[in-house]
Formats: sequence, C-alpha cells, structure tokens
Amino acid sequence: MKMMSGAAMVVQALKDVGVEHVFGYPGGAVLDIYDALFAQDDVKHVLVRHEQAAAHMADGYARSTGKTGTVLVTSGPGATNTLTGIATAYMDSIPMVVLSGQVPSQHIGEDAFQETDMVGCSRPVVKHSFLVKRAVDIPEAIAKAYYIAGSGRPGPVVVDLPKDIVNVQESHPYVFPESVAMRSYNPTRKGHPKQIKTAVKALVAAKRPVLYVGGGAIAANADALVTKLAERLNAPVTCTLMGLGAFPGTHPQFIGMLGMHGTLEANKTMHNSDCILALGARFDDRVTNNVDKFCPHANIIHVDIDPTSISKTVNAHIPVVGSVDTVVEQIFSVLDKQDVSDQKEKLEDWWKQIDQWRSRKCLNYEQPEDVIKPQRVIESLYRHTKGEAFVSSDVGQHQMFAALYYPYLKPRQWINSGGLGTMGFGLPAAMGVQFAHPGATSVVVTGDGSIQMNIQELSTCLQYNLPIKIISLNNRALGMVRQWQDMIYKGRHSHSYMESMPDFVKLAEAYGHVGIQVNHLDELEDAMARCFAEKDRLVFMDINVDQNEHVYPMQIKYGAMDDMRLSKTERT
Amino acid sequence: MKRILSVLMENAPGALSRIVGLFSQRGYNVDSLCVAPTDDPSLSRLTIVSHGDDKVIEQITKQVNKLVDVLKVTDLTDGSHVERELMLIKVATRNELARAEVKRNVDIFRARIVDVHSSNYTIEITGTSDKLDAFSQTIAQSTEIIESSRTGVCGLARGEKALRP
Ligand SMILES: Cc1ncc(C[n+]2csc(CCOP(=O)(O)OP(=O)(O)O)c2C)c(N)n1
Repeated sequence: MKMMSGAAMVVQALKDVGVEHVFGYPGGAVLDIYDALFAQDDVKHVLVRHEQAAAHMADGYARSTGKTGTVLVTSGPGATNTLTGIATAYMDSIPMVVLSGQVPSQHIGEDAFQETDMVGCSRPVVKHSFLVKRAVDIPEAIAKAYYIAGSGRPGPVVVDLPKDIVNVQESHPYVFPESVAMRSYNPTRKGHPKQIKTAVKALVAAKRPVLYVGGGAIAANADALVTKLAERLNAPVTCTLMGLGAFPGTHPQFIGMLGMHGTLEANKTMHNSDCILALGARFDDRVTNNVDKFCPHANIIHVDIDPTSISKTVNAHIPVVGSVDTVVEQIFSVLDKQDVSDQKEKLEDWWKQIDQWRSRKCLNYEQPEDVIKPQRVIESLYRHTKGEAFVSSDVGQHQMFAALYYPYLKPRQWINSGGLGTMGFGLPAAMGVQFAHPGATSVVVTGDGSIQMNIQELSTCLQYNLPIKIISLNNRALGMVRQWQDMIYKGRHSHSYMESMPDFVKLAEAYGHVGIQVNHLDELEDAMARCFAEKDRLVFMDINVDQNEHVYPMQIKYGAMDDMRLSKTERT
Repeated sequence: MKRILSVLMENAPGALSRIVGLFSQRGYNVDSLCVAPTDDPSLSRLTIVSHGDDKVIEQITKQVNKLVDVLKVTDLTDGSHVERELMLIKVATRNELARAEVKRNVDIFRARIVDVHSSNYTIEITGTSDKLDAFSQTIAQSTEIIESSRTGVCGLARGEKALRP
C-alpha cells in the first residue's frame, strides 16, 4: 500500500480517474495541492485569470468531449467565484467536478479567514457534494464525485477539501477504489419494455409525427441512432437550443430549432403534430410558450433519463424513463420487426404541409449596403469554417443568430449556455474546447456586452497559445435587452446602451493578439479570410453590426407555440 | 391535499439539508418533518407531511428520490398505514377545578401526565395529528396552554410493505 500526503492523494486520484486537464487558480487553502501538482506532469494545470472562467473552461471541455471537466480553486472567494459556472453546468446537465479548498477542519464555523460554506452555497446548483473529513477518504470521494458527475443525468459535483487533510507533512495509506457502487444512486438507463411498445405503436400510427430532440440526445451520444430513427420513420426533426447538432443541420428532414426563437416550420410542425417524440428534451418554458396552449393535438412520448423532467411542465402521455441511446435501441428492437416501408406515402400530406410552412423562409432578412446584418456575419463564418468549427457562444441576440444561421452538422460542435443564459460563458468555453481539441478551429460568437464579462481570459489565451477566433457582433448595445425594450417598453432603452466601448482591436493587441475591425459590408469577406488564415494566433474580430436588428421569428408571450412575430411588422 | 411521504436515506452529513433545501428551493410546502436514524445507524428515516395537488406531490416524490443520498421514497397516504405524532404540552393548573378538568381530558384522550408542578402539568399525548389538534383545542377551553412541542408525523405502512435498502 502506498503512503502519501492528502495533497498527493488528490493528484493521484485525479490521475487514477484519468483527468488530463485541471482548470484552476491557487490560494492559501490549496497550496499543498498546488505543491503536489508541481511535482508531476500527467495532470496538466491551466492557470486562469478568474475562477468563474475556470468553471466555464471545464464546462466547454466537457461539452465538446463528453468527458468530465475539472476545476481546482481555493476556499472563500475562489470557491464562490465558481458558483455561476457551476450553476451554468447544472442547468445544462454538464459533467464537472469542482475541487475547492476549505479552511482547516478545526476552524470550520469560526468565520476563519477565507471561509465560506461551499457545500451550502453550492447546494442548489450541484448534483451532489462532498465535504471530505479525513485524508484516507480522499480517493473514494474523488472516485465517487466523477462517477456521479458523469453518470445518469450528468451534472456538477463539488468536493470540498479542508486544508488540514491535504497537509503535505502527514502520510496516509492510499487506496483507489476499483469500482464505485452506491446503494442510494442507481440511474435507470433502460426504458420499460411495455412503454417502449406503446411508444412504437403511437409512432407508427401517427399521421403527423415529429421528433423533438434535446441536449439529452447529445449527452447520451445518441446522434447516429436518432438520425437512423428519423429516417426510418420519415419524420421531421426539430432540435432545442441544447440539442443542435444531435441531428445534422443540413439534413432534408431537419426543420430547424424550435421555441422562442425557433423557425416557423418547427413551431408550426410541433403545434399541429399528432405525435411528439421528445428525446432528452425537457419542455422548457423557452420552448413551450404558454403550456395551456401547447400542442393541443399531440400524443406526447417523453424519453428522459431524469424522471423529474417528465410531466414537470407538460404532461406526457407515454413517459419513458431511460437514456436516449438505450431507449432508441429498444425502439428499434420493436420497430425492426415491423414493416414501415410505407412511411413515405403515409406522411406525404404532412410533408407537403411542412414544406408550405418552410416556403415562408422565415429566416430570410434584408441586407442593405450601408450596414452589416449580424445574420450575414454568421453565414460568412459558416462558409469560412466549412461548417466544421466548434462554435461557442455568449448570451444575447448573437447567440440566437449563431444558433439559427450556422447549421451544426455534428453533436458537441455548438457550445452555449442554454439553461442559465450566462453572459461571459463564451470565451472561456471556447478555451476549454481548444484545450480538448488542440488542432481544431474553436470560435466564439459574442457581443460587446458578453465579451466584457470574462475578457481577462485573453491573457490566459496568450499564456497557452490558444488560437481562438473571436467573432464579436458589436452593436454598441445590450442587443437582446434592447430588442425587448423596443417590443415591450415602447423603445425606452433603459441602461441597455453601452456608452464607452473600449477599442477592442487595441485591447486584443494589448493582450498580445491580433485585432481586426470591420465596419463595412464589403470588408467582411476579406476580414474573415484573414482571420482564419491566422492559424496560430488568437484573432479578435470586432464587427460593427446593425444596432437596430431584432431576432426573428419570436414567439408571442402567452400564446401557443406557433404564435409568432416574423419581423418587426408581421405576425402569424 | 395532505400527503405523508416516507423517505429512507443515508445518515450522512448534509443529507438533511439537501432535503430541506429542495423543498424551499422549489417552493414545496413542508407541514411537518420528522427524522432520526433507523435500527441501522447508517440510514435515516424521514417522514414529511406536505400538501399540494397530485402533480406537485408527484414532482416532490421524484425530486426527493433524485437526491443522491436518498435510497427510497414512498407515499404512505393512500395505502393502509400507521401514523403517529407525539406532543408534549404544558398547561396551567392553578386551581382544583383546572386540575380536575385537565385530568378528565387526559383520561378521555388517553394522554399521560408526565410532569407535575405547583401551577402546571406537562402532558404527553400520541396519536394522529387530528387527535393532537382536538386535544389542544379541548384543553384551551378549560385552561391556558403555556407551551407545547410536537414531533411532526412519523409513519409506517401496514403489513408486508417496508422501506428497506
Ligand atoms: C450574466 C448575465 N447578466 C445579464 C443577463 C441578461 N441579458 C441577456 S442578453 C443581454 C444582452 C447581451 O448583450 P451582448 O452581449 O452585447 O449581446 P447582443 O444581444 O447585443 O448580441 C443581457 C444583459 C444575462 N443573460 N447574463
């Protein structure tokens, strides 16, 4: 049996779990752990500039790989700075482990220097947490933390480590558990066979079916299965903001994103459907609009690994608790025994109807010569990256444009804070993506508001040579707020205007990067080309876009799914 | 509607705060909460009395079940079950009449006087919450209630059914 200090155990346990990257920031309570990190090369530590960004980096790392992201911070302010990042991961079911330092056990509760009750502070936004009380318990706590974070419905787990137990002066026996089993935690993966049969019956009987695919399909790596199922049934597919990429955005059966800023055809298809197959989606209020008017004709089959998601907001007629991959496989085991070759003829009328909604071309916009429309920038980005980039987004209008105008071909390609809507998420998330995929193109689509919420990470990018491409849609305003003020508050722009914008080009240069300013439409293509030609440098594209543009379509509050504004003057 | 939920969970630090936090975080009602370790000291048994429509109660049950420390949750309300609550109640007995009246009610309700002081009695009574309510209302008609403390409901299903790990 190996003897080692608590700090060495932390690092050894991370190695035993298979952790390659830790995003963190040192401080008093974790200095012993930092000393143990110094002594080895297997676990690579990334020094951030703000702990919130560390959590978003671990999050982006996790979203783009499916692996669990790891954060290491000190007690007190270090720990509390991660809370927004933890909550972001929690809302989107992202696997993450946050190791936080804590004051020595004997001082807990004394309001000691840099003491906060991290387990208490984080409780509402974690899947689970541990306050480790003895050094010998460290390996098991860490093994359990990763097991819980990554299994079932994934989520963040906090491991709080008092300073005395990681003390480098004392040695303890190190035993890493060979496997983790917990009598109180056994997530269900397989759907109930009877429910599967009922679901297949409903799907095959449906005249107007639709697949409504969410982030759960990505978490379960079920994209290929979902695509196969959609093709077998000849059914239209819509993805949630979190589900984009689970079904190819260029597939003829794809009808776009649904919900508040969904396409007309997606929302119409949902509203008129007689059978909705929800796969790892949670009927979020940004999807359903008024639940009382939600899809009145539909038989709802809801597949989700988390029973609490089922019938939480919208009642499911056929609930199936299980992981999307396993359940779709089960669906196939029933479906394979049936002849469904007539789906094409059967759904012909349905597709005719859908094509008619599509012909409205709800994403069309006018592009005058004298301004740059933000939509145009995203389309240009798509071309210049051949649709293959990892696109991380911040929160606001630019996020919706990036979701709607860049068709995602693969899962884990589109990285955004869907549930919490955290401004400041984009840049650090794209950094996490870049650490996980060193050769890939990692892009951030951001706004002048959001980028300033974690801009300090430009410094981290220089330190680690991250050639991120920042596409900032600068509208000199908190655009999404401004849009709502235009629509609901008679254009009173209360504090949504940013009066003293920095010179972003100079700012990028000050951090050692390349800055490019684009003010005119005719410069856009060249500038994009220059940006992506800079293979080894971070490029900050400060693109002056139309300040008055709104995101459309947009659901009308209190209405049904398909009650929408289509432009400033048109509605459904 | 009133619901009695019975929960079996790890007797681990922080476990109770997760339950309590869940209720406040999601706006669920807690009418009473009764908790103690079981015969197996690694486990705790909780009885939560809540109210809400079927949808809310279903969510509460699922959300509690989802907590990593929770092994099992069951709704005792509809099935046949035993439920008990204990109350200690201190009442003023300043004169002979009050003492006699209190004693009479104690007998009727099958309660017990567990402490006697020159000017008050402390009474122990167990039963359903309704019975405890009725007892305090009756006592209040004849004398003053000085203080009382109730445990909240604890319950078990009747017969073969059991919450075991
Ligand atoms: C941390 C945080 N604070 C506030 C908000 C509310 N909010 C949502 S969108 C938005 C404006 C975003 O502005 P910008 O980043 O410039 O993007 P734009 O909408 O202009 O594209 C605000 C303030 C938020 N989502 N996150």
